[in-house]
Amino acid sequence: MKVGMSESLAETIPRMEALAEAQGLKFFPVDFELVPPSFMMEVAVYGLPVRMPHWSFGLRWIYQMIQHRMGHSKIFEVVFPGNPNRAYLVNTNSLHENTLVVAHVLGHADFSRNNIAFARSQDQVGYHIVEQAASHAHRIEEVIKEFGEQRVEQVLDCALSLEPHIDTQQPFNRKEFPRRTVVENKPKAEGFQGRFASLPGEEAPPTEPRTSQAPIPPKPEKDLLWFIAQYAPEMEEWERDIFLAVRKEAWYFQPVFNCQIMNEGWASYWHSRLLREADFLPSSMYVDCMKTHSDVVSPYAGDQQVALKLNPYHVGYVMWEKIIKEQGVEAARRIMEQEDDFGFIRNHLSQELADDMNLFSFNAKRNGEIKVSENSLDALHENILAPKFNFGAPRVVVDELKKDGSLILRHESGIDGRGLEIERARKVLHYIALVWKRPVKLLTLDAQDQEVWISSETEAA
Amino acid sequence: MFLQDGGQGNSHRHWYDLFSRGTRDWLRHNEKVRDAVREHLPEMIAKSDVLSRPENRTVQVPVKFLEHYRFTLRNSDEQSGAGQGKAKEGDTLREAQPGQPGGKDPGGGDGEGQFEFVLEFKTDEILDWLWEELKLPNLQPKEGSNVDVDEYVREGWDKRGARSRLDRRRTMKEAIKRRTALPDTPVPISNDDLRFRQLARKRQPTTNAVVIFLLDVSSSMDEHCRNLAKSFFFWALQGIRRQFSHIDTVFIAHSVEAFEFEEEEFFQVSGQGGTKSSTALELAESILQERFDSSQYNSYLFYATDGENFSNDREQSAASLARLAPLLNFAGYAEVSHSSTRRLNTEVARLWQQLAADGHPCGSYSLSEDNDIWPAIKAFFTDQAQQQQVDV
Repeated sequence: MKVGMSESLAETIPRMEALAEAQGLKFFPVDFELVPPSFMMEVAVYGLPVRMPHWSFGLRWIYQMIQHRMGHSKIFEVVFPGNPNRAYLVNTNSLHENTLVVAHVLGHADFSRNNIAFARSQDQVGYHIVEQAASHAHRIEEVIKEFGEQRVEQVLDCALSLEPHIDTQQPFNRKEFPRRTVVENKPKAEGFQGRFASLPGEEAPPTEPRTSQAPIPPKPEKDLLWFIAQYAPEMEEWERDIFLAVRKEAWYFQPVFNCQIMNEGWASYWHSRLLREADFLPSSMYVDCMKTHSDVVSPYAGDQQVALKLNPYHVGYVMWEKIIKEQGVEAARRIMEQEDDFGFIRNHLSQELADDMNLFSFNAKRNGEIKVSENSLDALHENILAPKFNFGAPRVVVDELKKDGSLILRHESGIDGRGLEIERARKVLHYIALVWKRPVKLLTLDAQDQEVWISSETEAA
Repeated sequence: MFLQDGGQGNSHRHWYDLFSRGTRDWLRHNEKVRDAVREHLPEMIAKSDVLSRPENRTVQVPVKFLEHYRFTLRNSDEQSGAGQGKAKEGDTLREAQPGQPGGKDPGGGDGEGQFEFVLEFKTDEILDWLWEELKLPNLQPKEGSNVDVDEYVREGWDKRGARSRLDRRRTMKEAIKRRTALPDTPVPISNDDLRFRQLARKRQPTTNAVVIFLLDVSSSMDEHCRNLAKSFFFWALQGIRRQFSHIDTVFIAHSVEAFEFEEEEFFQVSGQGGTKSSTALELAESILQERFDSSQYNSYLFYATDGENFSNDREQSAASLARLAPLLNFAGYAEVSHSSTRRLNTEVARLWQQLAADGHPCGSYSLSEDNDIWPAIKAFFTDQAQQQQVDV
């Protein structure tokens, strides 16, 4: 802890906020907290300051620790959108780093209040996810005491494994599907029978619309977490609660995931602009801040190198800089409000920008050979976006809830272009079967692109 | 604006200074790995190399990190991605890797799942699991023959006794009681306050055991056979160790002559030529007679050999085994070989068959690969328990 950090930041923050407002940023208040790096690492691993316990987080945490020890990662800030926003700063980072972070956080706060994906998600899950996640965690600790670690873990194994399988196109609060459906009357007869039936006096008497048991789901259902919580034949209330808690947190994470390039770029653009205009900062501080800034937004590849990954801070920053230079802040704000990364990349990453940044597509073969592919802007867009589709997960839908209670899932392999990794999928089905308590089957493609059924039952547990 | 400083400069400490969720969940992960190892324990530690350092009383098992499974797409033969840097269309960024045909993920993967770590298990802990897992019965001391030994145990207090047995704490308590009841007496501690620990003589059943290992080291017993014998001996000994507070071991190796060895040298010994089982059995008998009074000791004998024996030694072996058997709680015969075809159809096996026919507690086990070790151990302890039921 540097002496005077908190005093100095306490002076800087209100000035920075006033400056941001004067620059047209509109944000909910931000609560800043200085925390030790160990806590920061946990926040980054869990995605939330207090979150449900699960061994898989322990695994991510140890990887993070190893990476950190090897010097590969430095965490500057984490901010949780809400009202108020909650921002965490690392108390061992230098004063100029944290000054930059304050400005950066204000950019995020502006983004999360005004971007439509964030606004929609927050309207649905509320503005207090940090508190809610903590109460989920608390509730789970309680059920662990009541039902034992193993049973709760079984439910969490399944729910967290299905974390990305939600459908934010649907309302957050879903209604049950109708249980009965109207059956259409017999189709009108054609040909002679048709002409005969239409003779005067031959019309069939009007009939009551008939109903029958409706298929569930009526059409393929993407929201696996909701569907299981809603329709599992033998699920206890606390088990449903766990599924719905995981679903709520996933709902909250999705816009963060879907807008990463835009959001980080926006915050980076604004921290650099706010620092430039912050006449209340000593000039030596400005120089230090700008050095940190250029570290943050530089490409992973140095001048002579080639990187097979893009730095989202860099790509987003360069794009926003160009958009604001050419179209002005107001136009940029409208783009920020309306797009997510899919629209942002496809509509605003021009060939010129791609060339400026030396972006390229590549092709990696199984034998290890990696080649730069044909220069195509569309292909580049799709290669950047490919890992982001469908919350980064394969498209798996519920096809049918059978009369005997078994659950039929289908992988939309046509859209994903290839089948699932069969052994992993089998393990996931096994997680689901432990909660669903009836057989679970899944249709996907095998390595020869032939349809193949995987079942939870074939695996001897 | 609201700035909270959670650093050390603050007077009150935060919960996250005292508690790491990451550590908690990491430990839970390790616990699950332990459980997984435990479930596959018999397969994992039937390998002879786990036994390399029994004196540590621990076993190290290399394990992989667990994976929390999710739906993922199958690796395709080709993957495309976006990169950055000075590269032109058609440039080769990395040559095909000849050493790894199709083994690695294209694009390098995310690196997860490559870490391995080592979990250390206490041998005692493993034995307890195994006994539970294999549902092995516990050994019981030989019925009727185990003699009670006198032992002194503490029992109560007295006002008189030897100085060395003075219980100071008890004495002080008495003194305080007295001074509280009679505050006028000036003496801090009177003779009446003194308390001495008393000892009483009690008869305890013996929990001594002697385990005799006989190993055939003739030229037909190669490395493979010895390792099997060694593993069998090790786990049989560990199992017996669970039951008895004091264990003596005797190691005898023989070819045409028998000698006693120290444990360390025992498995290194190699002999020449043929096999005369009677030499080892006679040596075992004389050692038992001289050193281990059968009224004081529970005795177990294990004989590991490939089963070959000189046919002219048959009579002598049968005779010495017949003399030896009444001294033993149990005689185990482990036949180690390469093939599993002619199990227990050898010279020595027939000796044991005769022993069983005469009603002595004994058992024969055939081992030709690592997987045979646990069934053999299990059979030994089950036989043992059944013999005892017959005895009773």
